[in-house]
Amino acid sequence: MEVVKISEKFFIQGNEACAKGALKAGCRLFAGYPITPSTEIAESLARDLPKVGGSFIQMEDEIASAGAIIGGSWGGTKSMTATSGPGFSLMQENIGYAFITETPIVLIDVQRGSPSTGQPTMAAQGDMMQARWGSHGDYEPIALSPSSVQEFFDFTIQAFNLSEKYRTPVFVMADEVIGHMREKIIIKDDIEIIPRIMPNKDESYLPFKNIENGTNPMPSFGEGFDIHVTGLTHDEKGYPDTNDPITHTKLVKRLCDKVLNNKDDICSIEAEDTEDADIVVISYGAPVRSVITAVKKAQKEGKKVGYIKINTPWPFPDKQIKKLASNAKEIIVVEMNLGQIYYEVDRIMKCQANIHLMGGIGGLLPNPDEILDKINKIGGI
Amino acid sequence: MVDNNSPNKFIPYLREDRLPHIFCAGCGNGTIINAFLKGMENAGMDFDNIAMVSGIGCSSRIPGYMKCDSLHTTHGRALSFATGLKVSNPNLDVVVFTGDGDAASIGGNHLIHAARKNVNLTVICINNNIYGMTGGQISPTSPKESFATTAPYGSKDYPFKLAELVATAGATYSARWTTLQVENLIGSIKKGFENDGFSFIEVVSQCPTYYGRKNKIRTPTAMALTMKNNTIFKFEADKMKEKDIIGKIVVGEFVNKQHPEYSDNIQKLSKENFGDNTLINSAYEVLK
Repeated sequence: MEVVKISEKFFIQGNEACAKGALKAGCRLFAGYPITPSTEIAESLARDLPKVGGSFIQMEDEIASAGAIIGGSWGGTKSMTATSGPGFSLMQENIGYAFITETPIVLIDVQRGSPSTGQPTMAAQGDMMQARWGSHGDYEPIALSPSSVQEFFDFTIQAFNLSEKYRTPVFVMADEVIGHMREKIIIKDDIEIIPRIMPNKDESYLPFKNIENGTNPMPSFGEGFDIHVTGLTHDEKGYPDTNDPITHTKLVKRLCDKVLNNKDDICSIEAEDTEDADIVVISYGAPVRSVITAVKKAQKEGKKVGYIKINTPWPFPDKQIKKLASNAKEIIVVEMNLGQIYYEVDRIMKCQANIHLMGGIGGLLPNPDEILDKINKIGGI
Repeated sequence: MVDNNSPNKFIPYLREDRLPHIFCAGCGNGTIINAFLKGMENAGMDFDNIAMVSGIGCSSRIPGYMKCDSLHTTHGRALSFATGLKVSNPNLDVVVFTGDGDAASIGGNHLIHAARKNVNLTVICINNNIYGMTGGQISPTSPKESFATTAPYGSKDYPFKLAELVATAGATYSARWTTLQVENLIGSIKKGFENDGFSFIEVVSQCPTYYGRKNKIRTPTAMALTMKNNTIFKFEADKMKEKDIIGKIVVGEFVNKQHPEYSDNIQKLSKENFGDNTLINSAYEVLK
């Protein structure tokens, strides 16, 4: 058995755990705008960042918040913002900018009932496709969905690590339940933190080089690199080159491929009892909690049922899901929207299983008994 | 790195491999780049420590030609990126190039808030009264009754007075000049660099290609003369009735005062409450 060295234990709210995770990951700049149900992340960091010499800035809106953390990141500081659906929508243009300029930033979306102002204090998972396609153009986002307070802490650190490793924005797609719930978390003292790598200062260095693995080391401003960073399509040097179809294709394909070619490293899912299951329940984020309870109850009743918990909805872990659910005849996707990740599962699994959506809106976590009913109904056919 | 042996005084500050530039013949940007570099030298700035940020538009293309770290951002948002950059690395001298559409229309909210916070930025706002990059549309500073592709019958909107707006919003230095008062402009850019706070230098500039063509002031010289004839100094304007100032370009300084700067305040807050308790301060370090 692995001996875990525990340095700290806390009984805290999800949003506070997220803030703690950010500090642990080395985040030293937070720029944000108040929005329910994410505000406690900003409040925690307003209190704690000055204690470690970091900077908390409250901006005039979410557009400015996203801009400030991109500027902060190029200044050589790990930077983050936190918001909910309406703010996430406002950030989308600058998120696209962060993708094309390969700026590592972390964005937390504590999802609430939507569209529009919707249900500020109620949970939802309605922004999953906004995380995937919200900005204009082609790009491959990385997103993590925590289903516990511990995971909100862990996944925030993981988000920083992935953003530095692949020089890209990373989303943590939480929801109101996880943001406001209180649970015990354990902070181990051997957490891996990935630092940014300063490139060597020689004549041949190209900040946006079309290299094999896709990710170049990133300099920061003020280090003598005289780097030009632009949202325009740019060549390997960073200079605008907007009319050459080859330059554009090479750039955008490299940005997509550096995520797609590393899916084995990025994607994370957990599964139980799926190998010989007739029914597999797939979920992510807060609803996973109800799914696990429902699956255990169904198993006690003799059903051959298992579950898959997706930790990284983006890039979509298609290979892993296909493998784990290969024997399933029926697949139920449980999510707090009217069908988003369901369509991804349908896309990859419809040839081998019947895909059922159990999507709910209104703000309440799905009840385990409702999921059990669905399992029994489908299993009874 | 600047090579001082180059035949042209200011060429070493430029990315020569990006020339020729995209600006039209007769554009005011060239005069402003010259004045900027002269003002920077007069202020004794270390060019290697300058980082430039810009938004979208003709004026925002200037940092792309400068041999320094430069962040060419999204439309209107340069000041929010610059705020993050300055807070992240307060040692940098951060310069923002923007225009009337970029700073005052799509970026109007960021403009007043960056001024309110008194972030130590030197902002050069090139006001040519029109959207040049997109082909001559009306801007928030276009004079009433001026023509543009989106104001074919003359604009019915009332223009912003940017230097006054920013002064009222809390900037510690704000001035307006035209491309014809080069010496005054150089002086204000020097003061902007020296001011430890939000410095806003509005430069009313000529766009012969669009503003000139649409308003039948077809040559750069004719535009310069029109600007010159329309210009009054602030000390003169202060004595005039408001209705007599309408349509005039009032030049001069609108505010020049001292008051604590944003990124300094953030650092002080941390130091005064918690001492030098920095565990790590850069993305390149790992917490031990």
